[in-house]
Amino acid sequence: MSGQTLTLDEVRWIAHLARLELSEAELEMMTRQLGAIVEYVAQLQTLDTEGVEPLAHALPVSNVFRDDVPGEPLPVDQAVAAAPDRRVTPRGERFFAVPAVLE
Amino acid sequence: MNTQKYHIVVGLEVHVQLLTRTKLFCGCGTVFGAAPNSQTCPVCLGLPGSLPVMNRRAFELGLRAALALNCSIARFTKWDRKNYYYPDLPKNYQISQYDLPLGSEGWLEINTSQGIKRIGIIRCHLEEDAGKMLHDERGTGRDSLVDLNRTGTPLLEIVSKPELSSPEEARLYLEEMRLLMRELGVSDCEMQEGSLRCDANVNIRIPQAEGGGVLATPIVEIKNLNSFRFLEQAVRYEAQRQYEQWQKDPGYLLGKVSKATAGWDEASGRTVFQRRKEEAADYRYFPDPDLIPVIVDDAWLERIRGELGELPSAMRKRLGTQYGLSEYDVGVLMSLGRQTVAYFEETARVCQDAKAAVNWITNQVQATLKDRGGDLAELPLSAQRLGELIAKQKELGLNKQTAQAVYDKMLHEDLEVAAAIEALQIRVVTDTNAVVELVRAAIAANPKAVADYKKGKTAAANVLKGAVMRQTKGSVRADVVEAVLKEELERG
Repeated sequence: MSGQTLTLDEVRWIAHLARLELSEAELEMMTRQLGAIVEYVAQLQTLDTEGVEPLAHALPVSNVFRDDVPGEPLPVDQAVAAAPDRRVTPRGERFFAVPAVLE
Repeated sequence: MNTQKYHIVVGLEVHVQLLTRTKLFCGCGTVFGAAPNSQTCPVCLGLPGSLPVMNRRAFELGLRAALALNCSIARFTKWDRKNYYYPDLPKNYQISQYDLPLGSEGWLEINTSQGIKRIGIIRCHLEEDAGKMLHDERGTGRDSLVDLNRTGTPLLEIVSKPELSSPEEARLYLEEMRLLMRELGVSDCEMQEGSLRCDANVNIRIPQAEGGGVLATPIVEIKNLNSFRFLEQAVRYEAQRQYEQWQKDPGYLLGKVSKATAGWDEASGRTVFQRRKEEAADYRYFPDPDLIPVIVDDAWLERIRGELGELPSAMRKRLGTQYGLSEYDVGVLMSLGRQTVAYFEETARVCQDAKAAVNWITNQVQATLKDRGGDLAELPLSAQRLGELIAKQKELGLNKQTAQAVYDKMLHEDLEVAAAIEALQIRVVTDTNAVVELVRAAIAANPKAVADYKKGKTAAANVLKGAVMRQTKGSVRADVVEAVLKEELERG
């Protein structure tokens, strides 16, 4: 394995995008491990793909649709049941509750 | 010499909600105003193990819009994931189209005061909407609430080239887009319900003194403009704001200062800049493995093309030339929709007087619809009957009030024009001798008016004319009465 494929700051940024809080030790470990994955996948770049069509999907299938016909939605209490937090308003409306988002 | 201090450059990103019964990738309903979180299922909640399946109707509405916008249609499209974390997006990615949009390189014509202008369309693509957040406005730090009914609703995003050069043009473009999407049945474009939304990218170009070229300010994206008026106001305000900022800070230039995002504060009439949460958008797009590609063949495309019907721009031109209507009348008719245009065309065919048909439809018929509610299809007065009424009005020289009474009778009692005239006992006096008799009677009964007239007060003739019209309930042609009256007065 050669030197650094990814920098610490790149991994810090990726962690931020994924909303992960990593300690400095974890960041270093992730930089090493992620870098190894990137290097492994990068081997593909050595292949000659001249004249090979890009593949959009692994299955040789296209045009699968459904009709515009309503199905049965989940009952509201079930819809919000798995959420870490929920709120029922005085009017009986059920919402997912999340930490305050400031605009 | 060009005295303008700066030129405005605007590009619009428009989102229209497609008129489907169900969401883009699941069978949940799309009705506006349902109880919070009552229109969800494992697919649009992003629960593990669920799989999206494309709504055929949504795809075809997208194709229809792309064709009407003169776009090249991608014969092969796929779906991509746009990744970001926000509570209104339960999957943590939005399914969209990245590098192979449904349509690209099209255009939309707008009718400006300087004539028709063609505005380029960069691309249009399908994507799913996000949910709705309710924030605690009091700033108490209480939880935000999330309603996921809207999540997964099909949207068509239409991105224009930066070819709009004034606030008015931006508004005209959005109005034309709404008209087109409504006429095509692609979207109802209800701005209050969010089914037509618009972001405006604005900057200005400032010509420099000789040899100085042109400077450009950084682009500002004004988000979520939800009315035509706000769009126009926001673009005008922001352009001037940029000019003033550049005057204070000559380094305020495109390429030196990065793009910013703002909202429009309607109360203060200003653009308000949003705090930057992330420096650069990093959506890490990749093809969605849960969805398979769509291939559009000639037969399918031709079928959709066949469903388009006449496009508003073509209809506008035709109404002007075929019926000789003014641009104003055409505009009013078109704004009432395709159904009204069809009603007009039938009325005009029957009465052979397009201008009268427009007047009746935009006045009486619209007033009736407003009173009764409902649309033209439910109106008991057919275009055929209205045409016959207008023809009869001309033939008999009925005045406005009488014609209105006939109209009301036809409408309320579901009558043909002849039957309504009969029922109202409107005797139309076409016999000039009879008119002469009536005029002479009026002259005899109104000596004061006659005396005034003879003293030179020609307006006094109106008193006599009024007397005749009243007596006959308007069933005599006013022009005939006038002629006879003049003759009798001059003679006597």
